[in-house]
Amino acid sequence: MKIAVLSGKGGAGKTLVSVNLAAVAKTSAYIDCDVEEPNGHLFFKPVGIQEEKISVRIPKVDVKLCNGCRKCVEFCNFNALAYIKNNLIIFDDVCHSCGGCILVCPEKALTEEPKVIGKVQRGVSDKIMVSTGILNTGEATGIPIINKLLSEEKPQRNQLTFIDCPPGSACIVMESIKDADYCVLVAEPTLFGVHNLNMIYELVNLFNKPFGVILNKCLKEKNLAENFCIEKNIKIIGRIPFDNELGTLNSNAEIASNKNEKYRELFSSLLDSVIKEVPHETTTNT
Amino acid sequence: MKIAIPVDEKALESNVCVSFGRTPYFLIYDVETKESTFIDNTAAASTGGAGIKAAQIIVDNKADVLLTPRLGENAADVLEPADIKIFKSIAGTAKENINAYINGKLSLLDEIHSGFHGHGGN
Repeated sequence: MKIAVLSGKGGAGKTLVSVNLAAVAKTSAYIDCDVEEPNGHLFFKPVGIQEEKISVRIPKVDVKLCNGCRKCVEFCNFNALAYIKNNLIIFDDVCHSCGGCILVCPEKALTEEPKVIGKVQRGVSDKIMVSTGILNTGEATGIPIINKLLSEEKPQRNQLTFIDCPPGSACIVMESIKDADYCVLVAEPTLFGVHNLNMIYELVNLFNKPFGVILNKCLKEKNLAENFCIEKNIKIIGRIPFDNELGTLNSNAEIASNKNEKYRELFSSLLDSVIKEVPHETTTNT
Repeated sequence: MKIAIPVDEKALESNVCVSFGRTPYFLIYDVETKESTFIDNTAAASTGGAGIKAAQIIVDNKADVLLTPRLGENAADVLEPADIKIFKSIAGTAKENINAYINGKLSLLDEIHSGFHGHGGN
């Protein structure tokens, strides 16, 4: 069972929620798809780390075969190629590895060569399998890394897998949630939080995913994200209070539910609510 | 000799556009014939790599000199092998910048930024 945890912005609590849900689930897998700034490993401190480099394929020109027709230059949506003074110039860091330039080249002057864009690390923390995707700074997209992280994930019937998504609702988030069985949306109680919640609410609807919301940083005052959920008839899985002690533990890269019984109870009850939702949603949707 | 300038409007009195890659138009000014040609910058709507495509347009229009307030490194990597000289434009209209260049008042652009790639800039 794959549960993706996402939010429309950074700092809403994706890692807090996914790390602590994985921790209270005990035997679980945690996959950090926030490849531009992965930080779940700071909490789990996994051991026995195995590392694998991830490459994409970028075009390479054979100058003897290139006749300067520029079909590749015109084809590329990202403008990764330019033709200057009888020379084809390729911009690796702009290339999205679609391979289109190679297909359109009538002279077969373009071939592909691998280029390392980042890595995947796998380790263990107690009984939790921890996988982390790391994208090198300046690369065009982390999608190949996320793809690798999720495709290697062997589904075991009763194992819970928590996918810590990148912030926002762009392509890398879509890649992270596309095989998820359930999506947990983490929201802040502010107007800004509602705007960001709405972004991912639209995304999970577009993907037709069952989902629910965890309201984070709840105060006594009225909660705009909660109002949004009531208005849109969205399932509220649970609430995490705005709590100094929790914030401090989390800032010190401690897994709060392992440190304090009250947080263990909080996240255990959130996990129970999520698990109750998943089969329920699956049966109603199929 | 041809001078290229990113401009906000199709007029010699237009201001120089703050963006090279995503300027709406380029002015190509022929110093000998005093002829002005305005071309649409088809790179402006690019998903990415606008600077590269815009630089390709400058090269294809056979400009010798580019006057621009700033330039990204990918665009510079296209213009340099084409031997296009890059000068830093000053506040004012395209026409004022052309005159300043002809009178030797402009200096070479020595700050090439590493590109914004969708992350703003200032």
